[in-house]
Formats: sequence, structure tokens, C-alpha cells
Amino acid sequence: MNEAIDVEDLGKRFGAVTALESVDFRVAAGTVFGLLGPNGAGKSTAIRILTTIARPTAGRAFVLGHDVVRDAATVRSMIGLAGQYAAVDKNLTGRENLRLIGRLTHIRRSRVRARAAELLERFDLAEAGDRPARTYSGGMRRRLDVAAALVPDPPVLFLDEPTTGLDPQSRNALWEMIRGLVADGTTVLLTTQYLEEADQLAERVVVIDRGRVIADDTPAALKARLGNTVIELDLEEAGRGEWAAQLVSARFSTRADVEGSRLRLTSHDGSRPLLDILRLLDAHGLVPGAVAVHESSLDDVFLELTGRRANAAPESARTSPDES
Amino acid sequence: MTRPGASPATVARSGRAGGVSAPSTRGALSLVRTVQDGLAIAWRNLIALRRVPRLLIFSTIQPLVFVLMFRYVFGGVVQPALHGVDYVDFLIPGIFVQTAVFGAMNTAIGLATDMDTGLMERFRSLPMARSAVLVGRTTADLARNVFVVALMAAVGFAIGFRIHAGVPAFLGAIVLVLAFGFAMSWIFAVVGMAVGDPETAQAAAFPVLAPLVFASSAFVPVATMPGWLQAFAEHQPVSRNADAVRALVLGGPTATDVWQALAWDVAIVAVFAPIGVWLYRREP
Repeated sequence: MNEAIDVEDLGKRFGAVTALESVDFRVAAGTVFGLLGPNGAGKSTAIRILTTIARPTAGRAFVLGHDVVRDAATVRSMIGLAGQYAAVDKNLTGRENLRLIGRLTHIRRSRVRARAAELLERFDLAEAGDRPARTYSGGMRRRLDVAAALVPDPPVLFLDEPTTGLDPQSRNALWEMIRGLVADGTTVLLTTQYLEEADQLAERVVVIDRGRVIADDTPAALKARLGNTVIELDLEEAGRGEWAAQLVSARFSTRADVEGSRLRLTSHDGSRPLLDILRLLDAHGLVPGAVAVHESSLDDVFLELTGRRANAAPESARTSPDES
Repeated sequence: MTRPGASPATVARSGRAGGVSAPSTRGALSLVRTVQDGLAIAWRNLIALRRVPRLLIFSTIQPLVFVLMFRYVFGGVVQPALHGVDYVDFLIPGIFVQTAVFGAMNTAIGLATDMDTGLMERFRSLPMARSAVLVGRTTADLARNVFVVALMAAVGFAIGFRIHAGVPAFLGAIVLVLAFGFAMSWIFAVVGMAVGDPETAQAAAFPVLAPLVFASSAFVPVATMPGWLQAFAEHQPVSRNADAVRALVLGGPTATDVWQALAWDVAIVAVFAPIGVWLYRREP
């Protein structure tokens, strides 16, 4: 397998705070790789090290075989980065922004012009291309940011939470674009808090939490490990939820999690266990007010792995200074 | 270091757009690149100036207020200490220098803004010269100073300022002012890179500027200051430059003043440019 990114035992400390510890992963060339985790998990720190902006305090990382510390200049000529906050110059027009990146990545002038026009067209910014980016909507600025990363046609693309704050339509458009790039051979590493995004796009995901890798697998395998189906029952009273969980755990092999009055189970057997569970609860006079059955998502995986929801606010306000 | 397994992919891919180019280790090419990158950033900063004219307007209003205030409010008090030189002729060279110094504050604010908006992060990930962001900013600020100083000259002439040593010497004086402004920009580049947000940059800049500009010969002769202050005021760079510019405008011996002024410029850039670039390379 041809590796585009190779991360070995990577660590990063900011004084007493450990942002990354012993992180290992490999990204196959020409694939989408998802780096998942809640705010402050260390995703942005990892991206900043891989894009040569930050230096690791332990371990090594390679992009297309080049060490990101010792051979940073070569790495910079092979990557594109679109950041969390749309890093475009608001005083320049969309076209000028793209041309600036073209000049700074040393593309021939004649080529820069054509490339800027092509990207504006592709990102639906052709009409707004000659207006200052200051006048753009958040979604337009985000698209321009991604377009800027693509100007030199980099073989490896880093997207740090590319769809945060985008409306669903823009998000889908960006997903389509990412699929297109990968079909053409680009390697994409994206970080996201939206587990659906990784589910939709990534061949492989690494879940990090508090700077450590807690899972490294395909989205399908992660979901299968957990069970394909999630069943949720609402008993409407916290005490009853607890009781129901005890009943179900005693009778069935599956584990039941309680969140207040809500009972949550995973099943490898579709919704089949639901009838048995309802009969059991009914026999004890417990009738759920609401029942939900859905395919397990990476959200459920994250909850299972960490005991917290991915979008929930982290316990300590911020564990690393990198994610704003 | 390069690991063998991955290089075919690199080669195959970098040829695709003809865009991603390998970094050059050859000195000449890398010098050309450094200049090109700096100019690209300067171009970008000058576009902002054209598109947000208030940036330019604010940097002209303040020296204008100073010209009028010193000429008409304090001028009468200072005049007797000048031994026959017209205060307006004494003042305008000082105003030129003060304008260049205050203008350098924009370098700090501009760089801090780039850090604040995340643009600096993107620049750091690009294969551009490590000095380009700073060189581009100080160069753009130099271009802005050309405009502001020209405007101040026009205002000066309108309120009675006259040159006494010929046009070539006057143009030399303007070049000296611009060189000093450029040098000061490097001090404020360091301030901007060190603080990282525009409001703090502005707040941090003033305490540096005030003693340099006011405890100097820019607006008044230093002879009336107390001895301990004179020692500082006489030798610090603003005074050296104000005196050199004044000598070129009013006539009389110029060589010593001009060399001292230029020596300050060179020394400031030699010290602060490497610190600025080091701050840029350093991880934020």
C-alpha cells in the first residue's frame, strides 16, 4: 500500500498541557481519511504539525515520504490547507485571493490566471469572483478558502473542519467536490466533529480524544463492532429508566445505557430484539412513551468509546490552546 | 529525509498541474523567489490600502493635526529659541520624520491582523520565503509613506515652508525620511509579531513611540530640555534623522548628520529584521 501520510508516535506538549500523545496512523494515497474527535481533542494540533506550522515535541510524521520537520520546505510544496476559520484576505476579491496563493506557490503567471478562473467556476464563485471577499457570505468564504488550498493542485489536501458552519446544501456540494478530488488521485485528510461527514466520505477514520487515538478503523467496521442498530426507549421518568435497564441487562446479552429516562441499546440483529424487550417491560408495567430505532452512526460509536457525545462541550473548557 | 517507498507518487503527482514545484537549493533562484514572494505580499497589502481608504485617511489626518497644532499653537513659544530660523522651516522636517515613525505603527497592526484572522497560518503552510510576509508588509508601508510624506510636503508648502538648499538636497531629505520609516517598520514588525492581535499592537506601539518622537528634536530644539533628557534626546534615532533632514532642507553642513541617520537605519534593520523573521518561523 502506498502511504501518503505516515504518523509515528507523535506527541505535542504545550508546557504542562499534553495536546497529543503517542498518536500513530497511516493514510493510504488517494483516499479520504477522517480525523475525528470533540473540540480540544487534538485534531487541529495534528493538522498543524502535518502542515509544518507547528513542531511535534515527540515522534515523527511524513507527508509523501518527507519528514515534516526536517524537510518542511518540500512538504509545503506538496500540500494544501484549508483552515477552520476561513483564512482568506477579506480586502482582496475572490480572484485576487486565488492569484495571490498561485504566486506564492510559484505557479507560472499564465497558469495562475486560468487556474483561478477554473476554481471560481468550480466553487460557484464565478459571479462573485471580482467582489472583495469581505462581501461574501460565510459559506462563500469557506468555499473560497478550500479553493485557495487547491490552487497549486496539491497531491495531499488537509481540510480542518471544512464544513463547520456550512448550510446543508453547501456541505453536500463540498462533499461532492472532495469525492471528485479523490477520484482524481488526491489524498484528503479531514478533521470533523460531524461524524456523519466521516461516515459519508472517509475510507478510514481515527478517533482521538484528549490527544490519544481511541479507535482506528473503517467506519463500517466501527459501526459493526458496536452493533448495526441502535434502539432507544424513553421511559419518561429517570427512576423507571434505571429499572428498565436492569431488567433488560439481566435478560439479554446486550448492554443497556441509561441517560436520564432514556434507555439505549445496540443490536446486531436489527430491530428484532425490540419486541422481546417491549414484552419484558410490559410484563413489569413499564410502557415507553417513545421508541426509536436507527442505524448506528459514528455518533453512537463515539458515545460508546468515550461515554460522551462528540458535540457535547468538553469537560474542562479547553484542553489545548489550538482549537478556537 | 526522504523515504524510498513514497517517492514515485510524489513524482507522478507533482507533474500533474505543472504547479507544485520542488524547492530550490540554488542560491540565485531562491533569492529571486524571496523577492517575488515579498512583492506578492506587498501587492496584496497595497490592494487593501486602495480598497479600504480609511486606512490611508487616518494615517494622514494625524500628522495634519500635528502640523497645524505645532505651527499655530506652539510655534510662537518655540520661535525665540531658534535663533533666526523660521519655525515652519524647522517644524516640517520634524513632521516628516514623525509621520514616518507613526506610520510604522501600521506595520505592527497589519501583521497582528494577519495573525488574528488566520491568514498567517496559511502563509506558514505555503512554500514561500520565510521573510516574505514581513518584507511584503514593510515594503507596502514604505509605499504608503511615499504618499503620506508627499502630502505633508504639500501641506508644508501651503503654510509657508520653504526649502533653502535646493531641490536635490530636498529629495535626498525625502529619501532619508522614507529610509527611516522603513527601518522603524521593522521595529514594529517585531512588535506586531510578538503581540499577535491588532488592538494590543496599537496599545503596545504608543509607549514605544511617544518618548522617541516627543523627547527629540522633531518639534523643538533639544537645548531647552533638562540635561539628563538632552543626553537621550540628542542621540536617539528620531533626533538624528530630524537633524539630518533639517540640514538637507535648511542648508549648512550635512555629511555627519546624514551618515549618523543612515547608520541608525542600517543598525535598526540589522537587529530587528532577523528577530521578526525568527518570530515568524517560530511556531505561534
